[in-house]
Amino acid sequence: MADRLSKSSSRVLKNVVKGNEYRKEALISYAVLVVGYILLQIGAATGFIGHNLQGQFVPICVYVSLAISLNLVVGISGELSLGHAGFMAVGAFTGVVVTRVLEQNIAFAPARLIIALLIAALTAAAAGFIIGIPILGLRGDYLAIVTLAFGEIVRNFMNVLYFGLDEKGHLKFAFNHTIDGIDNSQRIITGAIGATGVTKHATFTSAAILTAFTLFVVLNLKNSKQGRAIMSIRDNRIAGESIGLDVKKYKLMAFVISASLAGMAGCMFGQNYSTLAPVKFNFNTSVLILVFVVLGGIGNIWGGMIAAALLTVLPEALRQFADYRMLTYAIVLILVMIGTYNPAIKARISNIADKIRPKKKKDKDKEKTGKEAA
Amino acid sequence: MNFLTNLISGLSLGSVYAIIALGYTMVYGISKMLNFAHGDVIMIGGYISFILTMYVGMNGWVALFIAMAVCTLLGILIERLAYRPLRGTGSLAVLITAIGVSYFLQNSALLIWGANPRVFPSLFEGFDTIHAAGGKLTIAPVSLFTILANIIIMIVLTLFVSKTKAGKAMRAVSEDNGAAQLMGINVNQSISLTFAIGSGLAAIAGVLMCSAYPVLMPTTGAMPGIKAFTAAVFGGIGSIPGAMIGGLILGIIEIFSRAYISTELSDAIVFACLIIVLLVKPTGLLGKKVSEKV
Repeated sequence: MADRLSKSSSRVLKNVVKGNEYRKEALISYAVLVVGYILLQIGAATGFIGHNLQGQFVPICVYVSLAISLNLVVGISGELSLGHAGFMAVGAFTGVVVTRVLEQNIAFAPARLIIALLIAALTAAAAGFIIGIPILGLRGDYLAIVTLAFGEIVRNFMNVLYFGLDEKGHLKFAFNHTIDGIDNSQRIITGAIGATGVTKHATFTSAAILTAFTLFVVLNLKNSKQGRAIMSIRDNRIAGESIGLDVKKYKLMAFVISASLAGMAGCMFGQNYSTLAPVKFNFNTSVLILVFVVLGGIGNIWGGMIAAALLTVLPEALRQFADYRMLTYAIVLILVMIGTYNPAIKARISNIADKIRPKKKKDKDKEKTGKEAA
Repeated sequence: MNFLTNLISGLSLGSVYAIIALGYTMVYGISKMLNFAHGDVIMIGGYISFILTMYVGMNGWVALFIAMAVCTLLGILIERLAYRPLRGTGSLAVLITAIGVSYFLQNSALLIWGANPRVFPSLFEGFDTIHAAGGKLTIAPVSLFTILANIIIMIVLTLFVSKTKAGKAMRAVSEDNGAAQLMGINVNQSISLTFAIGSGLAAIAGVLMCSAYPVLMPTTGAMPGIKAFTAAVFGGIGSIPGAMIGGLILGIIEIFSRAYISTELSDAIVFACLIIVLLVKPTGLLGKKVSEKV
């Protein structure tokens, strides 16, 4: 007990001392975003990137944001979440309704987008709070199944949700049936068909700015008092409790912030398509985001960003294989997981890395161990 | 009488969930992993049985046994190739690999059998629908057979796990992997056996499900897989009677909310019930509460 406690508290202490580590991570993460943005812009301007792939720019930013926000729950808070697409759906449909209502009042499109993003963040945070309460009592895989259940419930509700504007421009909604007195042109959301006739507000630049904002929030949270508390609870819950941390509060905090960021990303996603069906936000989407996080290295923010960008492009790039592309995707996924996590293969890779690594660092390591031994 | 008809179809659907949930719960118990590819093994079982009866012209029951054999082999193969290399590396890595396997199975089926939905020939075509209580109560033979199959499977499995040497070894491995190995139990073999049994049962569930709801597509297994997984958690994951109770309750809730509340919202109601149960009993109905040791 004492051993584990001291181990964990020393890890917490290390986290505090190693401010450099955070600066490095933040630097790499922002660099990945900026370089990626510039490369894609140049590629699009010179015609090197085709039209199909250009259509993927906003989704890439959205999925990168989602990977960052899910990393807050899975990596930093250490809980498995299988319902991230649920928050995305809440944000997306909120955004669609808000922009449609604002179209009559605000002429400036970016202002509409910003207001929609803020409201989407609020509704998704509210959803995260409601589902976050049961989380307090649950551990591990039971928590995962509750998030899965939440995602399915949201999708199910979207299937029976109807939104529309009446002649006076007032917003009306109903469950399970069409709304009386509203003709087709004034419908915003029509049950399982979803949102139709959405005016697209999203652009590559605005989506990239949203990604930067998400990154800013998560990195700063990670490098704050609260973030360190969340991570120490992840490393050892009991040790965290014993030094007076409110476990439930911090876990809920991570979850709600992650949910609201996912809501904003979902809002941006919804503003990129003229039609949006609830099917888009099913269990597979939640899993897809989780795959980004795990493939990029759990808790590694820029790793998740790169994984998200590559895996969003991959199916598009594999288009020449036509029917075989999803099969290839599956095989690649399995092989990469085995390659990165299998202990035997991992050891072999680190052996090779040791041989390649310059001698200087090796000597330093030796010095360190020598000192510790002394 | 309407109530009774609904109850029977609920029990029948619940039995399918229970049989699938067994595969989830046993695999979870022994290797602490969520095998998301399990639902797709059901679909493969359904397709094999479909091909054998429609194109090879076999008797449905013979086809069922061959489908079981194929799925058993498939289960062992999946465990050997995809999961064993990752054993002991934490549940998330294995979970993602399981998702990869699930995509692999779905897309293989898509390539081999195409995306068009196939109409599955019922296993029970020769049997007449039972009318009772003056024609008010109708019972489909598939419902009766499914419930019966569920009961038989439960009894056999419970006896197997508690009486036979292999079953005891499985229980020992799920209790404490390392200690079991020290006692001379072949852990790899026990885990393979668990996957084999779970996948064989998945084939039965696939054929029964497709006999009741005769649409077969590459994604047929996905949703029942998720529901059965929910059922396993509902009853307490890792517990065999829990899987049965969880499956039955889930099936009944689903059919009743479809009949009396709303067809579209039935899934939402099922999942909401799960959340409520977990709020009251955080480890499911029959789950063991493991206290944390410091």
